[in-house]
Amino acid sequence: MSADIGRKTVQGVEVTTGCVLESNGSTENTKTGGWRALWPKTDKEKCTGCGICWVYCPDASRIKGEDGKYDFDADFCKGCGICMDVCPVKCIEMVVEEK
Amino acid sequence: MKEVMEASHAVSEAVKSLEPDVIAAYPITPQTHIVERISDFVANGEIKSEYMRVESEFSAISACLGAQATGVRSYTSTSSQGLALMNEVLFIVSGMRLPVLMSVVNRALSAPINIWNDHQDSISERDTGWIQLYVETAQEGYDMTLMQAKISEDKRVMLPSMICMDGFTLSHVYEPVNIVEKAEIDEFVPKYEPLHAVLDPKVPLTQGPIGFPSHYMEFRNEICKAVDGSLDVIGEVMADFNKKFPNQIPKSRPEEYFHIEEYKTEGADMVLVAMGSVCGTIKDVIDEARKKGVAVGLVKLITYRPFPAKLLAEKLSKFSKVGVCEKAISPGLGGPLCNEIAGALYEANERPKIRSFIIGLGGRDVKLGHVEKIIDMLAKDIGNKEEWMY
Repeated sequence: MSADIGRKTVQGVEVTTGCVLESNGSTENTKTGGWRALWPKTDKEKCTGCGICWVYCPDASRIKGEDGKYDFDADFCKGCGICMDVCPVKCIEMVVEEK
Repeated sequence: MKEVMEASHAVSEAVKSLEPDVIAAYPITPQTHIVERISDFVANGEIKSEYMRVESEFSAISACLGAQATGVRSYTSTSSQGLALMNEVLFIVSGMRLPVLMSVVNRALSAPINIWNDHQDSISERDTGWIQLYVETAQEGYDMTLMQAKISEDKRVMLPSMICMDGFTLSHVYEPVNIVEKAEIDEFVPKYEPLHAVLDPKVPLTQGPIGFPSHYMEFRNEICKAVDGSLDVIGEVMADFNKKFPNQIPKSRPEEYFHIEEYKTEGADMVLVAMGSVCGTIKDVIDEARKKGVAVGLVKLITYRPFPAKLLAEKLSKFSKVGVCEKAISPGLGGPLCNEIAGALYEANERPKIRSFIIGLGGRDVKLGHVEKIIDMLAKDIGNKEEWMY
């Protein structure tokens, strides 16, 4: 089924029926990692690759590397620290973000 | 098929024929009987709807919003505090132009807590962009629920709607109702075809994202134009209904549905304006008054949103006095309907005297004597501009 979103221009502004956008979202285009004050430093020696941090991360910012261990996505991680909290082997430490 | 049934169950029957794909509801008095009966239909396998038992009215309307956004028909029903809890989502549903169907069984709002009837719940939601139609009888509740789907889902409208029915004084009352065959209803209300709200992974789209200051007003204006435009479609659907389903039971509904029903307004010098089941009481008093030679009539308002301002101005300017009887109040302003009617008449060349009568709040009986007194006060020009009829 295809949608008729009624795209038209009103007073120079493009509008659609029911506030619909013809895209699958623009979240990926807006990097929000800059909001971060702390970042999750992962001790790769200790990480078992269990993926619990990935399950709990509210922003899908835990990424599995080729070695099977997890690290963070600097573009989107906001440093909430939930990964640190849920990690069963305590391999994540929140450290102050520095330039 | 004519049957004596509870008005709530008449609505359930209409919903059964519409067979919404998703029904989400949370029980609240006095709406409970509607969804209770519908849950029986689903449990008995009479309809194949997905019936969601949610944990609040906020969830019920959110579930309908989500379901409708995938491109299917959804339905819910509520009352009073439940409708108030839905408030935030009501704006989103209309803003996203999702034709969700809802029955509102009108009940007073707290405090003090009160489960009985007035119109404060739905009147307080008049600015949400939902279509609101008020019914007087069980038959109207049934008929209007069928029309509601056809109106809301019309490609020119694509807006949610509420059918507002008085709690207890109508919802729990047994009346004869003419129930139509499903095949005839299917012919009248086509299967829901989504327009813009289609979730298909192959054609990704986003519904209701952020509207910056540069876009917000244009979007709101589009929604307002859609609500304004729905007035003609409502009239069209009513005319179509009148033709296909003529009245089978005398006095169970207007012979011809329209935005308003005029009752004994011919030759009337003054008229009352009201909505909902109290119109039955008012009609009885008018019958007696007419016998005594008092030239009084009733203008029953069915379509409240969109507000038929032009039509009301044209009709009401013919009379010298108008008494608006309403079951809601805007503290600090007065009767909302009365003020809206006064606004509609401002542009008219002939302006009648308008009086506001606040009646039947929180289930207070509106007796024949109350209406007789209102007519008397109008006729003799006694009392204040706004009167509370206790």
